[in-house]
Order: sequence, then C-alpha cells, then structure tokens
Amino acid sequence: MTVVTRGFKGRGTRDAQLPPGQYLTPDFPVLSAGPTPRIDPTGWEFFIATGSGERRTWSWSQLRALPTETVMVDIHCVTKWSKLGTTWDGVSLDTLLADVEPAGDFALVHSYGGYTTNLPVADLTGGRAWVAFRYAGAELDPEHGGPARLLVPHLYFWKSAKWVRGVELLRQDQPGFWESVGYHNYGDPWREQRYWGD
Amino acid sequence: MTESWLTQSGAPQSGAPPSWVDGNELAGALAEVFAVDVTTAQGVCAGCGRMAPVAETRVFDRAPGLVARCVGCSAVLLRVVRGPDRIWLDLRGMACVQIAMPGTGGASPDGPGA
Amino acid sequence: MAAARTETPAARTLELDVPDWPAHRPGQHVDVRLTAEDGYTAQRSYSVASTPGTGRLELTVQRIDDGEVSPYLVDVAQPGDAFEVRGPVGGYFVWDDADPAPVLLVAGGSGIVPLMSMIRARSAAGLRVPFRLVYSTRSPDITIYADELRRRQRDDRGLDLAYAYTRGVPPGWRRPPGRLDGALLREAGWPADLGPACFVCGPTGFVEAAANLLVDQDHPADRIKTERFGPSGGGAA
Repeated sequence: MTVVTRGFKGRGTRDAQLPPGQYLTPDFPVLSAGPTPRIDPTGWEFFIATGSGERRTWSWSQLRALPTETVMVDIHCVTKWSKLGTTWDGVSLDTLLADVEPAGDFALVHSYGGYTTNLPVADLTGGRAWVAFRYAGAELDPEHGGPARLLVPHLYFWKSAKWVRGVELLRQDQPGFWESVGYHNYGDPWREQRYWGD
Repeated sequence: MTESWLTQSGAPQSGAPPSWVDGNELAGALAEVFAVDVTTAQGVCAGCGRMAPVAETRVFDRAPGLVARCVGCSAVLLRVVRGPDRIWLDLRGMACVQIAMPGTGGASPDGPGA
Repeated sequence: MAAARTETPAARTLELDVPDWPAHRPGQHVDVRLTAEDGYTAQRSYSVASTPGTGRLELTVQRIDDGEVSPYLVDVAQPGDAFEVRGPVGGYFVWDDADPAPVLLVAGGSGIVPLMSMIRARSAAGLRVPFRLVYSTRSPDITIYADELRRRQRDDRGLDLAYAYTRGVPPGWRRPPGRLDGALLREAGWPADLGPACFVCGPTGFVEAAANLLVDQDHPADRIKTERFGPSGGGAA
C-alpha cells in the first residue's frame, strides 16, 4: 500500500525529455559505495588490459597530452535523478582503444578503491565513452570521481565509474559491483533496465 | 570534525566530512528479511578477520544500495539492494555471523538441537 | 500525524498516531518514507524521541537545509497528513533498563534525540540508575529539549547534565565556546572503572571524535555504543 503524502514534492520534477521513471534534479547528488579515495595525479595511472596478456598504461601527463573532447550530455542515475546538459572534458575511449586488439567483447572497468562495473566493449566505442577529468569547465572534484572518471552517459550512471583506474577486456562477461547484486547487467535508462530481468 | 584514513594509494585523506553512517542504519532493510535483528549480531570480516557488531560497521547509504564496510580494513562486508518487489543480499564479505539466541537448543551428545 | 511542536528554529517534534504500534526500546529508530503525488519517494531514518510504551510515537527532526525529507517534516507536514513509518528497528543502540551500570550519554546536536528517549524511559520507570549527559550543542537558542532538560536536572534524581557549547554560550557561562574535549568528558562523565554503559550519538565526525576520547580514557570499546547520523550533523538527512 502506498500512502501519498500531501505537500511532499521532493527535489526532483518530471520532465518529458527524461527516460521513464526519472526526475530532473537541480543539483549534482554525490553517491558513493565507499570512502572517497584521494589520488595524487603524480601516482595516477590508467590501464587497458587486452585479455591476451598485453597491458597498456598511461600516466596522468600522457593522458592529458592526448586529444581532448568537450561533450554536453544528459546523465541518468538509477536512483531516479537525471541531469540535463552536463559538460565534460575528457579523452574518448576510441582514442585509448585505437591500437588495442580486444581479446573479447566484454569490458570490466576498475576503479581506485576497488569498485568495478561491466559493459560491452562496443559501448565504449563509437564516440559514446570518455575518461573525463573536467566537469563544467573545472577539474573534477574527488567527490565526483576526480582526478578522472569514466563517462558513459547512454547507460545508467553507475556504469560511469568514478576514480577510474583501467579497463580489463574479457572473453566472458563478468558482472561488476552493482551488477552482481541486483542491478541490470546492461542498464539502458530508456528501456528502464534498473534491476535483473527488467 | 574531520578525520583521516589511508586510502589504497596511501594518501591520507582529510577535509570533507565523513560520508558514512553506521550499521544501525541497516536495521530497517534487514528486518524485512530476517526474523532476528542482524545489527546486534557479530560479523567476522572475510578480509582481515576482525569481529565486530554489524551495528558498528561503516555503512555507505548514499548509493544505489546499502554497503557495509569493515572498520578495520574497509573491505565490503555486506550489500543490500532493495528493488520495488525484490531484495538482494550479498554477505560474501562476512566469513561468519554470530547471533545471540535465547538459551535453548544447540548441539549435544544426543544429537543436534536437543 | 496527530500534532507537532516546535523545539528550536530548526527542529520540530512530530506526534504520530500509528495503528498497532509496538512499544519501542529507548534508542531505536524508524524509517520514514514519503511519496509525492507524482510517485517520487524518499526515505530516511529518524530516532524515536518519546517514552516507550506511552502515548504517541514522537520523532524530533532537525532541518537539513539541502535535505529532501527533513524540510518537509519540519516545515510542511501538518496534523492529518500521513506518511509511512517502518519500525521500531535497531536493537543495538538501545539502553537496557535491567542493566544496573551507570550510564554516560554523549550527544552532538540532534544526537540528543535517542538519548532523550533513554532519559524519559528511566524517569517513567522510576529507576535510579545514575545517568550523566554530556551535550555538545552550538548555542543555547538552538538546543533541542533545553527546557525539559533544565526541569529534569532539577526533578530527576541521579541525572546530571553538562553542556559543551561550540559557538555561543549563555551569559556568565564559565567554559568558553569550544568542542567537547577530554577534560570535560573526564569531569562530567564517569571514570572507566565504574564500568558505565556509554551511548554516543550525533554527526559522524562528532561521534568518531567523542568515541576516541572515551577510548583514550580507558573505556572498553564494547561499552561504547555509537550511532552516527552522517556528515551533515542534523540527524539523518
């Protein structure tokens, strides 16, 4: 039984531009499954493990020397808030994967602090995924995943791993932190794929 | 009111106020599933072996689910996700849970649960 | 919701009529779930303030300015409004009135709420278990339950009370504004060798600091029970 509470509005509002079940939020909620790691860029490294024994790494300065893209995207959190027209600067995964021959079709993304999330390699390519290090023109706050986070805005935002550390390419799909405890393996907000079986 | 702790990279963190609550917060979600109050149970961390009341774990609740972590080593002890019609529980991080029970039952020479 | 009363400019006590409400134990909390007309829901935990087993269920809620649930509960909800309450839950941060050990209560801000339920339970049961409350609060004007505590300090035998005002002190107050420290806790608390049951409640940073002070004063960790409200400081946002 659901009781509607008179006078309660919450911060979110319905909006026709949003995926089903989402609410527009004016702020940028900070969600986190663990303590915020503080990572000094001098010790930071991003890796891609190809799945056939090869491992590519980029230091902070090497990453920042790559071509940067500025993108404006809508983001959708599975906890039902959405934010429209967010601006990010980052390096496209197309650039990072350019010389890599993936051994399989699946990717497991790893973060500093131990978080993981999985998605098909195909969703990392085609101009749909970035390693982002600036938000709204400013260096990314640690609370929002700084120094760098994955940005995959066409999937629910838990796939956009904060404090990203690298991508492991796999022959077999391997569920990540939330995907292994009820959340949908793919997570398309427009098909409202929140939980297993949705 | 700040504190520091060591991150994986070894850098001390300070500044932002601590963003966790404690295991008391799990009581409502776990009461939907278990007949006993699990927050009063003692849990053993599968990572470092520390034993502590579930109520004294560090719980991150501003997340798609509830994540309880070991105060000693920060490893994940327990995760709870509540969907509209299902609940998911992951207890892999706890090697053992000790729950106080009224003084009846228990193994005896006559057999279990005498 | 049956009635409400203002405690401070930022806090309000809600009196709830809950059908078939089982008696809570002092220190327990409830989960409050609000649902908007458009289906939006939000849920937060709040400590029970009232005396167990008597009258209505009471929650004292402090407003978090950027919160979602507390501004509604403090500023909007009116008698007659309805929302969902789950509980009482949490069997750990609970005072057992059969335990004869002296009790030390350490409150930071609205962390006083579950501790007040313990003070009220002790009084209602006519118990003489010695209680000491050390209450850290910003200034007298935003101190929750200030009047009731003043009265109880006079009337409830065996209840002692000390304040740590962190920003503003009453006229003539001897201790300058400042955080709770080891000296005050030593002076106003119990020595560890009396084996007191310690309950510490408040914002996460406050509870970390206060619990560490108690450990430094040789209170064993298993006699210190804690309840952390999170970073914001005003009760679960």
